[in-house]
Amino acid sequence: MSNSTSSPLPRVADLLRLIEERAARVAPRTVRFMEVCGTHTMAMFRSGIRAMLPPNVKLLSGPGCPVCVTPMGMVDAALEIVRRPGLCLATFGDMVRVPGSSSSLERAKAEGADVRMVYSPLDALKLAESEPQRTVVFFAIGFETTTPAVAATVAYARDRGLSNMLFLIANKVIPPAMEAILAGGEVKLDGFLCPGHVSVITGSAIYEPLAARYRVPCVVTGFEAEDILEGIAMLLLQVVESDPKVEIQYKRWVHREGNAKARERVDEVFRPCDAAWRGLGTIPMSGLELRPQLRAHDALAALDITVPPELDNPGCSCGEVLRGLIEPPECPLFADRCTPATPVGPCMVSTEGSCAAYYKYGER
Amino acid sequence: MDRILLAHGGGGSLTKQLIRDMVVSRFGNPALAPLSDSALLDLPPGRVAFTTDSYVVKPLRFRGGDIGRLAISGTVNDLAMAGAKPLYISLGLILEEGLPLDDLAAILDSAKATADEAGVSIVCGDTKVVERGAADGCFINTSGIGVIPEGVNIAMERAAPGDAILVNGPLGDHGVAIMSEREGLSFDTPVSSDVAPLAGLVAAILDAGGEAVHALRDPTRGGLGMVVCEVAEACHRDIELDEARIPVRPEVQGACDLLGLDPLYVANEGKVVVVCAEAVASNVLTAMRAHPLGRSAAVIGRVLDGAKGRVTLRTTIGGRRVVDPPYGEQLPRIC
Amino acid sequence: MCLSVPAKIVELQGRLATVDVMGNRREADVSLVDDPQLGDYVLVHAGFAIEKMTAEDAAESLRLWEEMARVEFDQ
Repeated sequence: MSNSTSSPLPRVADLLRLIEERAARVAPRTVRFMEVCGTHTMAMFRSGIRAMLPPNVKLLSGPGCPVCVTPMGMVDAALEIVRRPGLCLATFGDMVRVPGSSSSLERAKAEGADVRMVYSPLDALKLAESEPQRTVVFFAIGFETTTPAVAATVAYARDRGLSNMLFLIANKVIPPAMEAILAGGEVKLDGFLCPGHVSVITGSAIYEPLAARYRVPCVVTGFEAEDILEGIAMLLLQVVESDPKVEIQYKRWVHREGNAKARERVDEVFRPCDAAWRGLGTIPMSGLELRPQLRAHDALAALDITVPPELDNPGCSCGEVLRGLIEPPECPLFADRCTPATPVGPCMVSTEGSCAAYYKYGER
Repeated sequence: MDRILLAHGGGGSLTKQLIRDMVVSRFGNPALAPLSDSALLDLPPGRVAFTTDSYVVKPLRFRGGDIGRLAISGTVNDLAMAGAKPLYISLGLILEEGLPLDDLAAILDSAKATADEAGVSIVCGDTKVVERGAADGCFINTSGIGVIPEGVNIAMERAAPGDAILVNGPLGDHGVAIMSEREGLSFDTPVSSDVAPLAGLVAAILDAGGEAVHALRDPTRGGLGMVVCEVAEACHRDIELDEARIPVRPEVQGACDLLGLDPLYVANEGKVVVVCAEAVASNVLTAMRAHPLGRSAAVIGRVLDGAKGRVTLRTTIGGRRVVDPPYGEQLPRIC
Repeated sequence: MCLSVPAKIVELQGRLATVDVMGNRREADVSLVDDPQLGDYVLVHAGFAIEKMTAEDAAESLRLWEEMARVEFDQ
């Protein structure tokens, strides 16, 4: 049984019509909606949605790619770790190609460093258990979706007395970055497509203070093309009716209350701290650090490593891209010096980075 | 002795014994039998196609096949993609000291069965042994000779506006089957490699379409995405693919979602992409579907008038996006 | 990678489950969801189940996923 024509699925056609009707009602005003989730960035491009929207509806990508916002200094710290004998760095695949100030984990691996790509922090834990003579450091990046997995793994390391299991923590939380973008006032936003899986953990309630304070529409949206279209349609309706609030499009997985059990795990292990975001500077209380009683498992503390200060990357406009100020093609290095084969900044390296998405899927 | 020793590669009596017991006994044919320095061959009239490939697949055995089947199929398919009838194959083995002889026997059995299936003879070869750790059990190089019949002219440059693009079946099977056997992924899949020699299928395609078959490519490393981009570049025309028509098994789509892969770029070892004039597309499709290796054949796209050499994909929801050649290994994603 | 297709719990032992996505099986830690049961569908991320839904709720999600997936064919 095959789809014998290539016309949009019936539901998709309905959603597109709704979007057109509602966009017409706000015209000639242009509305700008920002997503803050790397998977949304990818999904929008892969499905070709952007070109299907009315001209006065613009989709911006914000700082939703955890690889993209991990400071260069953290990559340098990871490189320092992995160059020490007897140390193994376990990391999610995306991080290995991100350029630090002078090298990358991929290059270090080719030079003989023990860098292993894992899908789960539990893989790193298994490594530490099976190789007690080796110190295993898990490079933890990610937002609220991933943090509970890391927290659970830290707890296991503690409970099993794995003194050779360390964590390089670069986890962040998304709402402070959303607020920083709104408060910064650099780009006028008419709504947020809120991240689907972050919201599974946090619950949609977490966006309510933001929506109220800045009167910005928020719709928690899923990742299939239909989901994104419906999310946009719902945002447009809020704009049309001047009724900004927090709504859930992704009802099949997201609830207002989120996953309390997962959040408890996180609270047990982590506490909030200020954090540096590549391209956005330091945002207060936007990061996480291990609680004092778990310091023995903190890589920076246990190995006496300091994260070097952030260096300038001349010409690299990842910061402006991440803040939604420019679109990747407006960066002077885009598709010229900076390509997926020769990335200058993280937005081009990460498979969920805005620049990589534009390069791979967009017009050039 | 039940394992390969360094001495087996020495060229002396132990080597001769290995070749006799393992190789000649399986592949025995008039060209191979003399075991002289070169095989002497007669070729039918026509242009000669010549190809070579090395196989370093890991693991050696996987669901759906093994390195032996892969080594024969891959080279047969390269010849078939030129429109050639594959005839003769060389088999170069680099064996790791310690490789169990039973494993070698299984690999060679597989190569033999595949060669028979493809109608080719293995006429010469070489065996070397390297010390433990210097090869992953076994590396194989195969070279192949084939002859292109009169009237067959396959070249990517011949792809022209209006041409139909077809594929013989679902994509991504081989890559997913291999990835699932890689250590550290702890991922179980029902997906089997599609590795198979395609000479017979290609012959059926050429019978049905004749000169109107313009290009043939096998989407191995880099998958469908890679070869379609290469065709577009070679013929300087734009190509559009229709996502809804590209066959992918649900298990493969599920596996790709789990592993963060795009089936468009995952390797295949039993697939052929056909570019032919619209006028013969229907006949070619029928011929493919009549063949065991083409039951799920489908038209998946079209060559357009535009001359930028760019590939676009019409998405399942009716949107459009560019398809770029992949860079290196697909990175597994996590967010 | 936010994988949003529901994964079915087909084996369960303590905090470890085997989950199935279209016949592909992986291990997942289910200690972050409340009271997971055999037959429940979970959202898996980085080796952990982070939310669960019942089979009934999963039907709609699976339908949507299959609809958006590429063409079905006979095999």
